[in-house]
Amino acid sequence: MTSFKGRTIILFLLGTTVLVLAAAPFIGMTPISPEVVFGGSGNRHEIFWRIRVPRVLAAWIAGAGLAAAGMAFQALFRNPLATPFTLGVASGAALGAAVAIRTGLSIAFLGISGVSLAALAGAILSVLLVYGLSRIRAPLTTTTLLLAGVAVNFFFSSLNLFAQYLSDFTHTFRIIRWLMGGLEVTDFDSVFQMVPFVAAGLVLIALKWRELDLLSAGEELAASRGVSVTRVQNTLFFGSSLVVGGVVAVCGPIGFVGIMAPHICRLLVGPVHSRLIPATVLFGGSFLAVCDTVARTIIAPAEIPVGVITALLGGPFFLWLLIWGEKGA
Amino acid sequence: MNDENTLTPPVLEIRNLSLSMGGKKILRDVSFQVPEGGYLCVVGPNGAGKTSLVKCLMRIYARWNGTVKIRGRQVSGMTQRELAREIGYVSQADDRFFPFTTAQFLLMSRYPNLSPLSRAGARDHQAVRDAMVLTGIEGFADRDMRTLSGGERQKVFIAAALAQGARILLLDEPTTFLDPFHEGQVLAIIDRLRRLSGTTVISVTHDINHALIHAEQVLALVEGEMVFDGSPPDLLAPSNLKRIFGREFTLVPHPVSGKPVVVPEVPAR
Repeated sequence: MTSFKGRTIILFLLGTTVLVLAAAPFIGMTPISPEVVFGGSGNRHEIFWRIRVPRVLAAWIAGAGLAAAGMAFQALFRNPLATPFTLGVASGAALGAAVAIRTGLSIAFLGISGVSLAALAGAILSVLLVYGLSRIRAPLTTTTLLLAGVAVNFFFSSLNLFAQYLSDFTHTFRIIRWLMGGLEVTDFDSVFQMVPFVAAGLVLIALKWRELDLLSAGEELAASRGVSVTRVQNTLFFGSSLVVGGVVAVCGPIGFVGIMAPHICRLLVGPVHSRLIPATVLFGGSFLAVCDTVARTIIAPAEIPVGVITALLGGPFFLWLLIWGEKGA
Repeated sequence: MNDENTLTPPVLEIRNLSLSMGGKKILRDVSFQVPEGGYLCVVGPNGAGKTSLVKCLMRIYARWNGTVKIRGRQVSGMTQRELAREIGYVSQADDRFFPFTTAQFLLMSRYPNLSPLSRAGARDHQAVRDAMVLTGIEGFADRDMRTLSGGERQKVFIAAALAQGARILLLDEPTTFLDPFHEGQVLAIIDRLRRLSGTTVISVTHDINHALIHAEQVLALVEGEMVFDGSPPDLLAPSNLKRIFGREFTLVPHPVSGKPVVVPEVPAR
C-alpha cells in the first residue's frame, strides 16, 4: 500500500464528507431548492435549517465517533470482532433509557431529555463498573477487561429485559425502538450535547496513533518499544467510552458502523493508524449520514430505524470489498 | 565474578531481583552484572525463569522487587520510553502475524525516539535503513510481514530492536526455530552488532553449545534461583551440568577451536 494511494483515498473520503454534508439536507419528502436555504423564510427554510441540518450533522458525528471507538477497541483488544459496545456501554445506556421510559421520567436539563440523561448515567455506570471490576485483580489485562465487559453487558441486558417485562405495551415498544438506535434528532440541542463527548474522546484517541499501531501488534511488543501499556490503555478506554456514551445517550446503540467502518478503512488505507484514524472518522461519518438519509426517505413519511439500514447497506459493501478488493488487510 | 572488573563499569547491574506471579515465586534474589559490550547467555531447564528474567529487565513484567541499574542509573526512575532507548527485546518466536510491511514495522519501532506530535524525520528513516543494512533485510523492506518465513521474521525483529536505538539487546531463544542456514545468519548478525556497535547481548538459550561457543559469561537458573554465574569453561564442571540440567553430557574438544562442546548421546548398544 503506497502512501500516495492512502493519501488519495483520505482526500477522496474528505471530499465525500463535504458532499454528503452539503447534499443530504436537501433530500427528503419536502423538496427544498437552494434559493430557499439562504434568504428565504417560511416552512421550507425552517425544515432545512432546524430539522434536516442538525439531523445530518448528528448522523455524521455519531457515525464518526462510533467508527473511531470501534477502531480503538479493535486495536486495544487485538480482536476484529470488538465493537464500540463490547464493554457494555450500550447495555448500561439502554438500561438507563429503559428505566427512564418505564418510569416516565420527564426531567430535562439544559435542553437534554430525561431519557438521554438516564442513558448517559447508565453508560457512565457501566464503564465505572467494568473498569472497577477488572481492577480488583491487578494487574489489569485486556482479557479481564473484555470478560468484565461481557459480564456487565449480560447483567444489564437482563435487567433491561426485566424492565421491559414489567412495562406495558407502549413502554416496551418505546424501549425496543430505542434499542434499535435512531436519529430522530429534531434540533441543534442534541448535536451540541454530543459534540463535547465525541470531540474530547476523538482527540484522546487520535493523540495515541503511534501507540495504537504498536498495541495492535501486541502488548509485550508495545512495552518493549517503550509504550507505557497500562496508561495508554486507560486513556484509550476512557476516550472511547466518552465517545460511545455521548453518542448512545442521544442516538441509542446504532449497530454495524462501529465494527465495520474500521475494517472497510483497513482494506482501503492499510493498518497504520496515522492514516486509519482520519479515514475511519471520515468514512464512519459519511456512511451513517448516507444511511440515515436513506432511512428517513425510503418509506417516507415513515422512517426505518437507521440501525437496520447500516447493516443492509454496509454488509454487502464490506463483503464486496473483502472478496474483490485488491488486497486483504 | 565481575566484581574485580572495575575498569569498565557494568552496563547492567541487577541486585536481588525477585518476581512472584499468582502466588508463585518465579525468580528469587537473582543478582548479576554484565560489562559493556558483553555477551551473556542465560541457560537452564524449562520453567527456570529465563524468559521471566528478560521480561523483568524490559519491564514487560513490572511488578518485581530488587534493583536494576543501567549504566549506574536506576531503572525504577526511568519511563518506559527511556528504558526502550537503552534496551531492545526480541521475544520468542510465535506465530502471530502483523499486517504491516517490514519498513512500517521498523519505523513504528522508532517510537521511543519520537514525541507524540512529531512526524518521523530524516534521522528516523536513517536509523531504519542502518538497521536493515546491518541485518541484511533491505530486500524485504516492502514485503508484508505475514509473507516472511520464520528466519526472515527473526532478522526483522532484531532489526526492529536496533532501529529502536537500543545498545543492550535481550534475545529470547533467538535461533530455536530456525533452520541451520538462518541460524548461522542470525548468529553472524549478533556477532556483527557486537563488533561494529559494541552492543551488549543477553541471550536466553537451550543450546548449551551456543553458550559455550559464543558467550563470554553464562548464567544458569534453576527454579528461579541463580545456580551459576561465570565463564563458559567453568560451566562444564560435571557437578554444574548435573545440578543445572539434571543429567550428564558427553564432552569432546571441537576439532577447530579445541574447546569442549557437548555432543548428542547415542543409544547404548
